Amino acid sequence: MSRIRKDYEKTKTAKFLSFVRGDKPVVEEDRTEEWRRRVEEVAEADAAENASYLELPDTDLQADRRLTRMGGMRVMRRIYYALALLMCFLIVGLLILNIAYMPPFGSADTPANNEVSERYLEKGGEETGVVNTVTGMILQYRAFDTFGETNVLFIGACSVIILLLHREGEKDKRRLQSESVSDGGDESEWTRVTYNPEYDRKGDAILQTIAKLVVPIIFLFGLYILLNGHLSPGGGFSGGAVLGAGLILYNQAFGFRRTERFFDEKIYDIIKVGSLCLYAMVIAYYLFTGANGIPSIVPLGRLGDILSSGLILPINLLVGLEVACTMYAFYALFRKGSF
Amino acid sequence: MMEWIRFIVGGLCILAGIATAAIAVYGLFKFHFAMNRMHAAATTDTLGILLVLLGLIVIRGAAWDALKLALIILFFWFASPVSSHLIAGLEVEISDRLPENCEIEEEERGGDAS
Repeated sequence: MSRIRKDYEKTKTAKFLSFVRGDKPVVEEDRTEEWRRRVEEVAEADAAENASYLELPDTDLQADRRLTRMGGMRVMRRIYYALALLMCFLIVGLLILNIAYMPPFGSADTPANNEVSERYLEKGGEETGVVNTVTGMILQYRAFDTFGETNVLFIGACSVIILLLHREGEKDKRRLQSESVSDGGDESEWTRVTYNPEYDRKGDAILQTIAKLVVPIIFLFGLYILLNGHLSPGGGFSGGAVLGAGLILYNQAFGFRRTERFFDEKIYDIIKVGSLCLYAMVIAYYLFTGANGIPSIVPLGRLGDILSSGLILPINLLVGLEVACTMYAFYALFRKGSF
Repeated sequence: MMEWIRFIVGGLCILAGIATAAIAVYGLFKFHFAMNRMHAAATTDTLGILLVLLGLIVIRGAAWDALKLALIILFFWFASPVSSHLIAGLEVEISDRLPENCEIEEEERGGDAS
C-alpha cells in the first residue's frame, strides 16, 4: 500500500465516503514491520559504535566537550553570535548607504556611459572586424584580461590534478599487493571500492540510445558557437562549456573505456597545453605589435564573414578547447581519479 | 482578425503551461517521497514547457525562430525523461526507506537498475 493511498485513507473525506459506501473498517496487514525492525537494529548498532567512541581515553574530542560545558565558553559563544549579527547589519547598512550615492538608473551621464563604451560600439566593427561587440571587447581590447582568465582555468585544472589524480600504475599495484599480504589476504573495504571495475560503469540502454542521438548534435552545436563567436552571441567560454558537457554525457553513457579511444590523458595534455601555448603566442604578438605601433599583418576581412576579424576566430577556438578540457578533467578526476 | 485569433490561442496555451508548472511546483512541495516529487517535477519539464513554447510558436507564426523553439521542445522531451529515469534508478539503488513508500517485490530491488 503506497504512502499516498494511506494518507488519503486517513483523511476525513475518505472515512466519510467509506462510511457512506458501507465498507467495514479494514485492518490491513503491516508489511513494513520487518523493515522497521531492521532499521532499529541498524540504529542500535550505530548507537553502540558511538558509545564505544565515548569510552575512549581522554581525547581531544572529550576535552573540547568539557571546555564547551564550562561557563566561559558559553559566554564567548554568545558574544560571538552577537558580534556576527552586528557585523552583518553593519555591512548591509553600509551597502544600502552606498546605493544612495549612485546615479539614477538609466540617466545619460552615469560613469558607465563614457567615451570607452562609445568607442567600443562605434568603432568596434571597424577596428576588430567583429559583428558581436562583446567578443571584440574581451578578445581584442581586453585580450590580456581574458588570457589571465584562461590561465586561471589551467591552474584550477592543475590543482585538481595534483589533489585527485590517481594512476593505477605499477607502484600502486605493488603497494596493494603488500597491503593485502600484510592483512592476511583480506583486502580492506576501501581498496575494494576504489579498484572495483564496477566503479567505472556505463549507463543503461535508455541513456545510451539517447546519448547516441544527442551527443553529435551537442558537439556540432558547440563547434557552431565556437566558430560563430565573432558574429553572434557565444564565443570561446560558452562553446567550450557545451563541448565539455557533450563529452561528459558521452562518458556517462558509454563509460571511460570507450571515451579513452578518442580522449585519453595524452590527448588531454596535448590539447590543453598546446592551446594555452598557442594562445600565449597570439597574445604576445598582439602585445608586441600594439606596444610598438606596428600594424597587424593579419587581414581583418569583410565584416560579417566567417573568416574575418583577424585572430579572434582562432583565439575563440583555443579558449573553447581549453574550457572543454577543463570541464571534462574536473568531471573525470572527481569521478574516477584519472582520465 | 487572424492575428487576434493566433494571439488568443497562443496566450491560452501559455496560460495552460504556466498553470501546469504551478501545479507541479505545488506537488513538488506537497509530496515527501523522492519518486513522487520527481513525477511532479517532470510534469513541468515536459507538459509545461511544451505548452508554453507551443504558445510562443503559435504567436510567432511560420519563422525560423518557431523552428528553433520546436527544436528546444524536442531536446527537452529527450533529456528530461532520461534524466528522471537515471535519478529514479539511483533512488531505487540507494534508498533506505523504499518499502515504506511504495510497493516493491524483494527480487526486483537493487537489480540492474542503473
